[in-house]
Amino acid sequence: MSDVRLLTAPFDPAAELSAFTAAHPQAGGIVSFLGQVREGGGCEALELRHYEPLTLPAMRDLAARVRDRWTLGGLLVIHRSGVMLPAEPIVLVAAAARHRRDAFAAADFAMDHLKSESWFWKREKQGGEWRWIEPREQDFEDIARWA
Amino acid sequence: MFLGRLEEMAGRPFQDIAASAPLDWTDVIGWLGDCCSTALLDAVRGEKVRVAINGALVADKEGLILSDGDELAFLPPVSGG
Repeated sequence: MSDVRLLTAPFDPAAELSAFTAAHPQAGGIVSFLGQVREGGGCEALELRHYEPLTLPAMRDLAARVRDRWTLGGLLVIHRSGVMLPAEPIVLVAAAARHRRDAFAAADFAMDHLKSESWFWKREKQGGEWRWIEPREQDFEDIARWA
Repeated sequence: MFLGRLEEMAGRPFQDIAASAPLDWTDVIGWLGDCCSTALLDAVRGEKVRVAINGALVADKEGLILSDGDELAFLPPVSGG
């Protein structure tokens, strides 16, 4: 079973990861990735917007693709939407597997696809002004690795 | 529905289309030209902006047909994660 959530309020990644770990005692390895709002560079806040009919269904599809590609005991995908402050968590992905290679690859694949294909639009507040962020070339290169 | 930066360009998150269905792409573009800025119109016509009807992506937006009550969404390139 995959646990895929789109949240509009802050979450506690440590508590989520411990619950996920406790739910998968048979997994020999759990790999997790936490993305948070970067502090510094004048960033005062970050906002992610989503589109209800598309965003969560596409996250669920992505989780199903990950499960088809690797043998996992469990997969956790939590993504925030809304306004976040520096150091607040944005995304948490965790993959539980019998062996670590599957868990590493699954979490890496899920993150690359969340970054470049998920239905989120991001803007950043600097000096009191909001500015939309364009997709990065690096994100497309990252996803091309999996073709 | 105008998503991401298109919302700023449109000056609103959504707008009702007061016209009788069915509507095709030419009708939609005509309506946008009347209601919104040319910058928004240019963006929506560009190949980077995708379109969804009732939450389903449209492969060829220029071939779309809207019925009464449909929700049309304009989706600029994503920048998530």
